[in-house]
Order: sequence, then C-alpha cells, then structure tokens
Amino acid sequence: MAASSVVSEPVVKAGEAAGSAAAFGTNRLLLLWSTVIGKKIVMAVTGVIMVAFVIAHMLGNLKIFAGPKEINTYSRFLREVGMPELGYGDALWIVRLVLITAVTLHIIAAVTLTRVSWQARPIGYRERKDLETSFAARWMRWGGVILAVFIVFHILHFTLGMVGFQPGQFRELHVYSNVVAGFSVWPVSAFYILAMLALFSHLDHGIWSMLQTLGWSTARNQATLRLASRLIAGVVFAGFVSVPVAVLAGWIQ
Amino acid sequence: MDIKLKIWRQSNTASPGQFKDYQVTGITPDMSFLEMLDVLNEDLTARGEAPVAFEHDCREGICGSCGFLVNGLAHGGRHGTTVCQLSMRFFKDGDSLALEPWRAKAFPVLRDLIVDRSAFDRIIQAGGFISANTGSAPEANSILVPKASAETAFDAAACIGCGACVAACPNASAMLFTAAKLTHLNSLPQGQPQRDQRTLNMVAAMSRELFGSCTNHGECEAVCPKQIPIEFIGNMNRDLVRATFRRRREAIVVAGTQRA
Ligand code: HEM
Ligand code: FES
Repeated sequence: MAASSVVSEPVVKAGEAAGSAAAFGTNRLLLLWSTVIGKKIVMAVTGVIMVAFVIAHMLGNLKIFAGPKEINTYSRFLREVGMPELGYGDALWIVRLVLITAVTLHIIAAVTLTRVSWQARPIGYRERKDLETSFAARWMRWGGVILAVFIVFHILHFTLGMVGFQPGQFRELHVYSNVVAGFSVWPVSAFYILAMLALFSHLDHGIWSMLQTLGWSTARNQATLRLASRLIAGVVFAGFVSVPVAVLAGWIQ
Repeated sequence: MDIKLKIWRQSNTASPGQFKDYQVTGITPDMSFLEMLDVLNEDLTARGEAPVAFEHDCREGICGSCGFLVNGLAHGGRHGTTVCQLSMRFFKDGDSLALEPWRAKAFPVLRDLIVDRSAFDRIIQAGGFISANTGSAPEANSILVPKASAETAFDAAACIGCGACVAACPNASAMLFTAAKLTHLNSLPQGQPQRDQRTLNMVAAMSRELFGSCTNHGECEAVCPKQIPIEFIGNMNRDLVRATFRRRREAIVVAGTQRA
C-alpha cells in the first residue's frame, strides 16, 4: 500500500460540538438509513407491515368457503369502505400505497445489505459448517426473490386478470368465479403453492428475526418466540394453500 | 496417536496460498491442540521447512490471540472453547483435520493461519471507552452500579475479540463483537454520558471496516468461546435507534487512527 490512508476517521474530532451532523447530515431518518443496522431495522418494520397484511389477506380469502355471495360482497366492501367521506376505492389505494412503499424499501434494503455481505468475504472457505442456522434463514434471499416474482404474477393474475385466464373469463368483482377459474389451471395452482412454501420459510425465520432485530428476543424467550414465529408462518401457509387445494379437489366450484 | 493435517499455507497477504498435507505422530490425548501444532512445527523446523504460523499467547482461553477453523468450525466448534483449550482427547487416532484461517475482507491473511484483526481495534478506538479524568482511583462507592447492569456488563466484557464470530458468520458480519463492546459500556452508569455518540461511532466504524450485514443466523453465538448471546445485538440495534433520535449527544473525543 502507498501512503498511509485514514481508515477510521473520528466522527467527532477534538473540540467539535456534540452531534454528528457533519458526518451524517441532519435528517434523523436518513442518518438511521445510512447505517447497515438502520437498513435492517427498516426491513424489520416493513416486515411487520407486510406480515400484518398477509394475515389479513389470508383471513379474507377464507370467506370463499362461505360461498360466492359472501366473498364478492367482501370485495366490494374493500372498495366502498370509508364512503361517502372517501371516494370509491380510495381506502384500498391508501393500503396499496403503504404496501408498495413497504415492499420497495424492504427489497432495496435486502439488495443493499446482501451486496455488503457478499463483498465482505471475497475469498470463501474450503469448508465451513453451520451449527445453529436453519434452512429458512439460509433461504431468506432466494425465497425473497421467489416472493417478488410471485407478487408481480399475483397482481397480473387475480387483480388485473391479464394472465392465466381465457379471454372474457376474468370479471372484476366476481372474485368467486375468478378464483375457481384461475385455480382450475393446475400449473397456476402449483405455482401458488410453491410461492406459499417460500412465504412459510420466509416468515418462519423472518418473524423471529424481526423480533431479534428490534431487540425483543432474549436468551430466555428466544425458543418461545421462534416457535411462535413458526406457528404464525404455518397458519398463514395453511390458510392460503387451502383455497387452491379446495379448487383442485373440487370442493368449491 | 497420529493425525493427518491439511493446513492453509500462505507466506504473506499478497501471495496466493494453498492447502498442504502433513502428518503428525506421537500425539498424546493430554496435549492441547496448539501443542499438537508445536510438535508439527518442531518436526518442520528440523527438516528445514517453514513452521506453520499461528497466533497464541495465554493458551488458557483468555487473551483472544488464537483461532482458526478446524474442519469448518471456528475454534473446533466445542461450546465455549478457544482452540488453545481444545484438547487432543476429543480426537481419534488417524483423524484428518483441515485448518483454515478466518476469512473476511476485513481480516486479511498475514501468514498461514494468522489474520490481521486490527479492524477490531479500530472499532474500539471509535468509541469503546469512556472519557474520565485520570489521577488516583475514584472512591468505589461514588457511582453505584445496579446488580443487573453489572452482570450484563460482565457478560459482555467477557468478549476476548478473537474474531470467531466474524469467521463463522455466513455474512462475515462483526455485529456480535461490536454489540459486546457496546453492551459492556452502554449498560454501566459510567458509559451513559457518551452512550449515543459511542453507538453511532462504533456502528459507523464497523461498516467502514467492510464487515458484512447480519441476517440473524446465530452462527456467531454458537462458536463464541465466551458465549456472548445475540441478545446483545438487539441491545445495540435499540441503542442505535435511540442514538439517532436523541436531540443532544455528548461528544466522544477520538484521536485519528491510521493504518500504514
Ligand atoms: C418481495 C421480495 C422480498 C425479498 C427480496 C425479501 C428479502 C428479505 C431478506 C434478504 C431478509 C433478511 C433476512 C434476515 O435478516 O433474517 C428479509 C427479512 C424479512 N422479510 Fe423479506 N423479502 C421479500 C418479501 C417479504 C414479504 C412479502 C414479507 C412479509 C409477508 C417479508 C417479511 C420479512 C420479515 C418479517 C423479515 C425479517 C426482518 C428482520 O430480519 O428483522 N418479506 N427479507
Ligand atoms: S491463546 Fe489466549 S485465548 Fe487462545
């Protein structure tokens, strides 16, 4: 190496006032985001938002077992909620915007942090054994990519009706017949089930990971929190998968 | 007993390295792992070959000098054990053992099994201290330390900075080390005044040294010879949030540190 390079500059130099405005800028959220831990906290918080959504979505889906009238009314309710103060579909759009923001931040943080980690070990081991980690933890990144592909497909499919349907088959607000028609194509159902396996795995590690990141997991309660994480992931998986399985089995038609 | 060894040999940071096979004989079960390497090195020296370079000092698990992977496990993977405390009675006659140095961008190999861990020193230099007046020892009862805080600080201060956490981490992250150092000072009354600035400084230093980003695998805690829990990582994350949103932060005065 040539001349000496300053590797670890002091954030506050002798005589400087308290605060690190010079090093980080004045916006506190940007200061948090600028750190690796801050991005991880953003992943955890956006994760909570998405988990809450996923649970609500799964519960909503179960209305299909109550018949066409029930679920189609629910679909209309989602668009009419808040009226007349809000216009038709406004509340739904607010939720959508929150979710789009959450997914975007989650993915940007995931990609940025993954690159940091990949660059942190340029020469790999001949052999390194794992002692404590799980399949779920090791699949966070690739499982996340499957989920990203799934989210795009799912919106094109059941929200917009642009893929997976015969012309004229998809009718807006006719959720029941759309779902039955959509899942009757078995490769589509298979892909949904695969994506829900990825979701199970992501949440199995993710829910506990979020609690750990936010400092709620302790040496004492860790085993309990991990079990709770797996249970929630399992319930979400079972709830979502029950619909394509019921269609393929002919229980709902 | 006889042991087959496959050891990473590299003469300096710039040159490429490779694994070389060795055979040691006449090892007794009461030898430590490093004594087994001493036997090998005496043999190599007698044959005019360069001995295998490895770091060691106390050889009783308290200094943090030693450390390398034994068959893919940092310090050999036994609970709460450094490689210097690893006894040969845990191995069998004829065992094949592969020894590999810690691997991380922040830990360049200096020679064979020795890596440069000065990145850890620079993280500590960024804030791993308290500013206090020097002079005679203060009256011991002037600052009372609650029992729980003292216990937490002791548990965190047990970290010997060996680097096994980084080595075992699939992301080569230094979160457990930095969390241990921060929890040590941030949980004591003496650490409170500069708590927020310390946290910001050390977290920033950790990134500057190009360590990876934690994904909560828990591999660090599994190999930590001092059994530092990943709970401390959660403490650090919370302290960072606290630090970023504090209106006033007491300065931490750091001299510039340089690497040649
Ligand atoms: C869409 C693409 C997605 C990608 C690329 C992605 C990727 C990742 C990655 C790399 C992690 C970090 C692993 C860790 O720190 O343990 C993570 C964590 C997490 N993900 Fe995702 N994810 C995606 C979607 C989702 C979805 C749809 C949900 C919720 C239903 C979700 C919930 C979580 C949670 C709760 C965490 C834990 C946060 C933490 O570690 O503190 N993710 N994700
Ligand atoms: S030589 Fe001191 S800890 Fe191993």
